[in-house]
Amino acid sequence: MKTDVQDRAYLKVEGLHKSYGNLEVIKGVSFTGDEHQVISLLGASGSGKSTILRCINLLEMPNQGEISIDGTRLPLSVSRHGVRKVTDQRALCDIRSKLGMVFQGFNLWAHMTILQNVIEGPVQVLGQSKSEATDRAEHLLERVGIADKRHNYPNQLSGGQQQRVAIARTLAMDPKVLLFDEPTSALDPEMVGEVLSVMRDLADEGRTMVVVTHEMGFAREVSDKVIFLHEGKISEQGTPDEVFGNPQSRECQQFLAKVL
Amino acid sequence: MYQEFKYLISDSVCAGLSPLSGDLFGKACPRFIDGFLVTIELLVLACGIGFFLAIGLTLARMSGRRPLAWPATALVYVFRGTPLLVQLWIIYFGFGSLGEDILGPILWSFFKNPWLVGLLVLTLNTSAYVSEIFRGGLANVDRGQLEAALSIGMPWLRAMRRIMLPQAIRIAWPAYGNELVLMMKGSALISTITVLDLMGQTRTVFARNFDLTTYLYAAILYLVLAGLITAFVNTIERRMQLSAGR
Repeated sequence: MKTDVQDRAYLKVEGLHKSYGNLEVIKGVSFTGDEHQVISLLGASGSGKSTILRCINLLEMPNQGEISIDGTRLPLSVSRHGVRKVTDQRALCDIRSKLGMVFQGFNLWAHMTILQNVIEGPVQVLGQSKSEATDRAEHLLERVGIADKRHNYPNQLSGGQQQRVAIARTLAMDPKVLLFDEPTSALDPEMVGEVLSVMRDLADEGRTMVVVTHEMGFAREVSDKVIFLHEGKISEQGTPDEVFGNPQSRECQQFLAKVL
Repeated sequence: MYQEFKYLISDSVCAGLSPLSGDLFGKACPRFIDGFLVTIELLVLACGIGFFLAIGLTLARMSGRRPLAWPATALVYVFRGTPLLVQLWIIYFGFGSLGEDILGPILWSFFKNPWLVGLLVLTLNTSAYVSEIFRGGLANVDRGQLEAALSIGMPWLRAMRRIMLPQAIRIAWPAYGNELVLMMKGSALISTITVLDLMGQTRTVFARNFDLTTYLYAAILYLVLAGLITAFVNTIERRMQLSAGR
């Protein structure tokens, strides 16, 4: 049963390597994830968790490795100088549109209103009509509790509000997988809760999510699978109970002793 | 019809100014206004076309594709690295001297027309500078803005157009306004290739009366133009601030 799921894994990362010059930051990482699963990537800073996430939608170009989502491989090939290249720009854009990314720094487009931010992707990338996209955007903003700010600009919102808008903007694309890159790390402590509760709702409704986070409580309660990274390698993975309750590797034990 | 429109403007401006103006300005007024209008029309066209050409050059240089980036970089380097006067003379007197036999009828009719050559050189010159200004503006837009656009599947070019350039132009706008004023002053050089712009007309007037106040009138008209450009730049700046919610 288990191997069957592995073969048809929804999200598959295989043999991922990434270097910056001579510095190798990801040293061969492989993992799989199923549909409707929440996977948390944990680890000390510099362990490569954000880099892995950014490799999944090719914001960073991996040096080696294969990534596939729902059976579709990322369109990568090796050029004659040994540099990896995207072979098919259109396929890349298509895959990216199915992978929603939420950034640590929100990255809402500063020259657009909240509503414009949310409808930009559906109108420009998915080709929806403006009114169709607006209807849906207002519904999504309602859901994350920002509907009354839809005509404001991002810099008029608090960090927590901006991050909830960023999540709505990502949801507007109706992605197959949501990637969260330390979504609460840039927030004031009192705003962390509001963002986590939105993420919790998304997990409850069965979204497939990969979350890089320092929120151990969230990782423990919400994840189906926890992956602990140490110096660019996976040193522990399993259910939250396994990883948090009975860590095998020393790095993981030390890390958990520090943060819990 | 456009020509008649210009005559109408210069006639009515001069008629309006005549009670105020001295003897010299009164007599030369139609020439000054005519030159003033030529300067304006060259500037509007050169800066308008140059603006979009600059965007194209900037994108080409940042595309990371050598066959696009290389010529664009070379063009910017050459037009920023040589004096406007030298560019004008090489293209007008240099290319022009090749003659109809070598250039062929179409190119010849282009290169023998000083107004068109002036427009070409001013456009290329300003687009080189403005491309540098935009590049600086783009460097000051947070990289995360582009990543957010790419991550929802927007192609690079559209992400630049929809997300990066609007923000870069806002940042670069004061520097761009400065470039417009510099262009306005630099445009006086096209009088050396026989274009009767404001400076060209002024020199013609001076050649007849040898009265140095002639240049004073030219200076005043250039100042008026500088005021118009500044007002235009400030108005747009205020609009952009409003639409960014600041």
